[in-house]
Amino acid sequence: MLSYLKSMAKEIKVYILFIAFLVLHSFASKAAPDGKALFQANCASCHNPIKKATGPALQGVEARVPSKEWLYNWIRNSASLIASGDAYANKIYAENAKTAMTAFPNLKNEEIDAIIVYVNEYKDPNASKAKESGATSEEPSSDNTLLYAILSIVMLMVIFILTQANKVLSRSANAKMGLPSPKDVPYYRNKAVIALFVALLVIGFGIWLTNGSELGRQKNYMPKQPIFYSHKVHAGINQINCLYCHAGAEKSRHAMIPSTNVCMNCHKQINEYTGAETHPLVDLEGNKIDGTKEIAKLYEYAGWDPVKKDYNRDAQGNIKATSPEWVKIHNLPDHVYFNHSLHVVSGKIDCQRCHGNIEQMDEVFQFADLSMGWCINCHRNTNVQFADNNYYSIFKKYHDEIKAGTRTDVKVSDIGGLECQKCHY
Amino acid sequence: MSKKQYWKGLEEINPSSQYKEAVSNEFQEDLPFADVENIAFATTTRRDFLKYLGFSTVAATIVASCEMPVRNAIPYAIKPENVTPGVPLMYASTYVDGGEAVPVLVRTREGRPIKIEGNFDSTLTAGATTARVQGSVLGLYDAARLKHPTLDKQEASWEVIDKTVMDAMTAMGSAPLYIVSTTLNSASTDQAIAQFIQKYPNAKHVMYDAMSYSGMLDANLNSFGKRAIPAYRFDNAKVIVSIGADFLGTWISPEIFAKQYSKTRKISAKNPMMSQHFQMEGMMSLTGSSADERATCKPSQYGAIALSILNALNGTASTLAPTLAAMVAKIATSLNASKGSALVVCGSNDVHVQTIINAINNAIGAYGTTINFATTNNTKKGSDADMNAFADALKAGQVGGVMFMDCNPVYDNVNGKIIADKISGLKLSVSFNDRNDETTAMCKIAAPTNHWLESWGDAEPHTGYTSFMQPTIAPLFKTRPFAESLLKWSGQNIAHVDYVKNFWLAKLGTQEAYDNALQKGIIEPETMPMAGASFVGNIADATAKIATTKSSAAGEPELIIYEKIGIGRGASWSNNPWLLEMPDPISKCTWDNYVLMSPNRSKAMGAELTDLNEVQRDKKVFSIKANGQDLKLPVLVLPGMHDDVIAVAVGYGRSEGVGKAAANGTDVTGVNVYPFVAKDETGNASFYASKVELANTGNTYQLAITQTHHSYQNDRPIIHEFTLAAFQKNPNELYNERKEEFEHYTHSFEDGGHSSEHGEVAAKADAETDAKVEMTKADEDWQEAYRKNGTLYPNHENLGLKWGMSIDLNTCVGCGSCTIACQAENNVSVVGKEQVLLAHEMHWIRIDRYFAGDPSKPDSIQTLFQPMICQHCDNAPCENVCPVNATNHSSEGINQMAYNRCIGTRYCANNCPYKVRRFNWRDWNEADCFEDNAYTDGKRDDMNNDITRMVLNPDVTVRSRGVMEKCSFCVQRLQGAKATAKKQGRTLKDGEARTACQQACPTDAIVFGNVNDKESAIYKLRYEEQKERVFHVLEDIHTLPNVNYLSKIRNANVLQSADPEKEEHTAKAEHA
Repeated sequence: MLSYLKSMAKEIKVYILFIAFLVLHSFASKAAPDGKALFQANCASCHNPIKKATGPALQGVEARVPSKEWLYNWIRNSASLIASGDAYANKIYAENAKTAMTAFPNLKNEEIDAIIVYVNEYKDPNASKAKESGATSEEPSSDNTLLYAILSIVMLMVIFILTQANKVLSRSANAKMGLPSPKDVPYYRNKAVIALFVALLVIGFGIWLTNGSELGRQKNYMPKQPIFYSHKVHAGINQINCLYCHAGAEKSRHAMIPSTNVCMNCHKQINEYTGAETHPLVDLEGNKIDGTKEIAKLYEYAGWDPVKKDYNRDAQGNIKATSPEWVKIHNLPDHVYFNHSLHVVSGKIDCQRCHGNIEQMDEVFQFADLSMGWCINCHRNTNVQFADNNYYSIFKKYHDEIKAGTRTDVKVSDIGGLECQKCHY
Repeated sequence: MSKKQYWKGLEEINPSSQYKEAVSNEFQEDLPFADVENIAFATTTRRDFLKYLGFSTVAATIVASCEMPVRNAIPYAIKPENVTPGVPLMYASTYVDGGEAVPVLVRTREGRPIKIEGNFDSTLTAGATTARVQGSVLGLYDAARLKHPTLDKQEASWEVIDKTVMDAMTAMGSAPLYIVSTTLNSASTDQAIAQFIQKYPNAKHVMYDAMSYSGMLDANLNSFGKRAIPAYRFDNAKVIVSIGADFLGTWISPEIFAKQYSKTRKISAKNPMMSQHFQMEGMMSLTGSSADERATCKPSQYGAIALSILNALNGTASTLAPTLAAMVAKIATSLNASKGSALVVCGSNDVHVQTIINAINNAIGAYGTTINFATTNNTKKGSDADMNAFADALKAGQVGGVMFMDCNPVYDNVNGKIIADKISGLKLSVSFNDRNDETTAMCKIAAPTNHWLESWGDAEPHTGYTSFMQPTIAPLFKTRPFAESLLKWSGQNIAHVDYVKNFWLAKLGTQEAYDNALQKGIIEPETMPMAGASFVGNIADATAKIATTKSSAAGEPELIIYEKIGIGRGASWSNNPWLLEMPDPISKCTWDNYVLMSPNRSKAMGAELTDLNEVQRDKKVFSIKANGQDLKLPVLVLPGMHDDVIAVAVGYGRSEGVGKAAANGTDVTGVNVYPFVAKDETGNASFYASKVELANTGNTYQLAITQTHHSYQNDRPIIHEFTLAAFQKNPNELYNERKEEFEHYTHSFEDGGHSSEHGEVAAKADAETDAKVEMTKADEDWQEAYRKNGTLYPNHENLGLKWGMSIDLNTCVGCGSCTIACQAENNVSVVGKEQVLLAHEMHWIRIDRYFAGDPSKPDSIQTLFQPMICQHCDNAPCENVCPVNATNHSSEGINQMAYNRCIGTRYCANNCPYKVRRFNWRDWNEADCFEDNAYTDGKRDDMNNDITRMVLNPDVTVRSRGVMEKCSFCVQRLQGAKATAKKQGRTLKDGEARTACQQACPTDAIVFGNVNDKESAIYKLRYEEQKERVFHVLEDIHTLPNVNYLSKIRNANVLQSADPEKEEHTAKAEHA
């Protein structure tokens, strides 16, 4: 038995390795154009390759600007270029409502080149959307419950009829033979019936208990939000980096819902939803959503006057902004300490691992059940960045084992990831 | 191991059956069901039982199947740039209470301050804090603070207040206006007051201190021509003599003195030297309990003793009673032997006594070495003479108006009655106090100033040492800084923030310099300038005056009015539930004040054994007549008190406006004893009374004393103490004792060698194997061997980190900062007096007080403090008995407690040999999911106020009813430090993770860190530097604590704990 389990464990390991290989492989092939990642991390919040956003559309940009050198300078520090009196710089600045571009002094020439290559090769995602989708979303399996139920009832009836027939037949046979028939037992004294009833009761209680433990969990929870904010439009179609808005995910235990002024970084310029044809917004009840109206709601919260193109301010000059009261989807009990930054920065865990394919969701729903078992399983199965992170250098024993070849990896559980006070204090 | 004689209280020497029962049970009372018996014998039928079972199951199902509540996540509308939700920000600021100013760092979360730490950059305090500094953050969220200005008790706008005040001042004409305040030492505020006085030349500024140092200041004026308190340098002293000065607890700047003092008390086998501390005092003070040599006397004798010391320095024999004379002779010899590195301080407020003290310090060369006049201590500057003059002017009707700033003379001044009578007749009376206290209630206008955590400002606790204040939260209420109000009324319309900024820009030059100063929090000289002073005091006059001091007749009591370490002068502290519930370090009593009395006196007064017994809650109430007042206080018997001295603490008996904890309707906490304070012939307040009448009223009153709570049987070695001479002679005594007891474990169970029955087998086995190698290794490895072989349980492996803590019993002075720091950091609940009486207090750090000596001989009492926290045993008895595995061991050596898993069987607490687990008997904090289930007692209820709850640390679970809790080694801080290191991809640095108690400790008695790191302070301490002094409590029961203690070394000739007579005494008492 034990050896069987062991071999099974081995098989599972191989299987996991295989999957890991597939995942990594697909990653590697996807990550080939460096420019895409760079674009998403640095540019996407203000620029679209083919559409004008806060900044101009970038496709064919190197053809428009005076020189490539000029472009490098502009990206690294546009303000100084404008200040130097450069004619084209000032023209661009004026054209874009004098919105200063963030300086990127750390971008290397090659990186900028890669971004330009990516931007130029960029094609409208809506055109190729049909092909891409479906690969990730699950095929809805047809529901056979009803069929099975009918079949079961029919079978039960057959059994009942057959037993009754059997009873009648044996009774008449007994009568013919002159043997006494067993006395009829009422059903509530029938031991078989009682046993069956008790069994059903036990099973029912079991189901009730199992479901009871699910109480308070909100998997697939998808509440209506004060603004119809589509993650698909932002993170999916427009490919804005998650961390642009959820900046806390790298720094804090909270990923942080952005304040309205972060939204306004882009939405000062983007005041209408232009994707209604390629990606119509529909809410859960099937109602059509007007994206432009939703942006207007944001302006209401942010205290932005789209006509004046300026903020409404009070006497002290403070922006009259209020916060949207978003409905919290991912709720952990008060006694659970979860830290986003540890998972994102030192664990290098993708957002999607816990939040699902958020870039495919118009309205966000809770992807995982966020139960303790779910957390624990991940801690059992996930490797820590053992070799790369110097923090783990104190685990001499594991380093020795890896060197000796008796250990291939270190799971979170190996460094105390299953202990109570990892999460509860 | 040697067994020494310590006792926690009198009941231990002479145990009553009540005490024995209390100690033998972890939980001192039955389950809190009044009808528990009825339940046990109820005639509930099976049918009823099933009905209830069915009903409750259905009810639970219905409740549980309700829909999940909709929770909202509300982001910032405009996020401040430097705030990241979930990440704490530290701001440098300054704690200010009267003249006390301590440079601090304030930890804020999402814009609200939650914890105060000392500012480690300050060379004065070096990060030291007191219990009050730690507790002050709760004061910010005090629900009793005034929420707006009032005019004739009605809410008014600031505009109306401004107009009323300015009209009144114009109408006042040339009648003088008095600004009465506590000591203020802010340069910018001084300037604002000066500008106000410039505008209204009739205005006068009077400073006074509730606990007056006026006599000392006057003596310094007479002796050195400078009315100032010098900077003391206890760290330069080899001999420290204190006559009634509680310099480690409440005297002038205790946090600085404790830091300096501890530097002279750090001792190791390599450097076995320490200071010698003599204490002569009437009552048992915190400082006295740390003393090496202590003698008791009446407070009226302080002057005579000072004179005797002065004379003895010149070889003149003392005329005092033989015991005191012997002590004086000893002191004089020591002082003479260490001239230039000795220091004498005195707690008396008598000019003449302080003049003699100055003369002594002059004679032993203290000025310029241990006492510094180049930098003066500005903590106390008040003048009782000025205050008396103010009262006289009031009486004579020569006062136009008065303003009170952070002072409460109606409550705490000798002239309080005059002031109370006359305020209402004045044209203008303004109070800037933060609450509607005794004085504010009588003023026409309340113009509340900001809390220090809401303020800009500066303070100069020592001359040349400025500490800056910056707000860590926007004002919670409609309050306005004191200086801003004054400026407004003098015609300057300037916000306080700009005023402070302009003031410092003019001094520092640039914005950058100001920003740097704010960021660092302090501007200090690199080294403290040092200067002496030439003594010109009139010794003859002082001697003559002291000779006329009247003592009480022999056998008659004298009274000492003292300040408690938690409550201080009163002020807002009287309404601080953390500090009210902090057990007083010496008496271990919470929530009340009382009259302290020696065991002999209480016996003579007719108290039976129950009054001596701290288990017995009902204390006899005595009436005390002194200074024309008759007050009634319960008696608390305390060994170490002089037989003819009784002592009472100020700060209690407040009015209703101070807050619910201080007084909820007629339920007033304690009694106000300020009326006992009298003026001496020089006009200074005297905190000693020699004409006192004591009488038993026959009533009783319950005192909530924690001393016998969580007691464990004291017949095993819990503390180790040595005289300095013994330690110098044989530093390895303790180490060898431990080694002798445990080294036979170098043979495991498997070898069969560890028990004595198999001794021969082991010897043979050794001989056969390479015994030599085994033995040399064993010399170092016996601790490891004991760990592995002393148990049948598996040994925990600590691969990465292993946390450990060390507590030095020699530097711990028992001040209680750690207790309050822990409470603030870990959301430890306040339970209220009624529940403390039931031993339900929740403090994670219990500071055990042990006495040694004969309780009937107060001079023989030696005191020891032992902070007791969860020992985080590697072989923990609590872990094995938990039926749900809610408490278990982490791979980092922490004994973890999972609150959400705990079902409250309390087996763990029963099985804990150290009695450090605390059970949530009630819903203290509205943490339960059931509504209206919170415990209320009328006094601690403001803790659950929406404003007060802002003090809770969001990183720590607020525990609900029915779960166990205990010290977690501040796991949230450890996890935080680990997370930072992990994210930066580096190893954890030593000192990066600090526990709250460690950080708060003013004497650096607590060392904490990763024992697996051979470079860490804790590793070096345990295995190298302090190897000789390390011990674990109850080490022989193989709990393998991760907390160790360092033995106490007393610089005395005799250890009372080793007294053989005591064995007899105990035996006799048992037979009797």
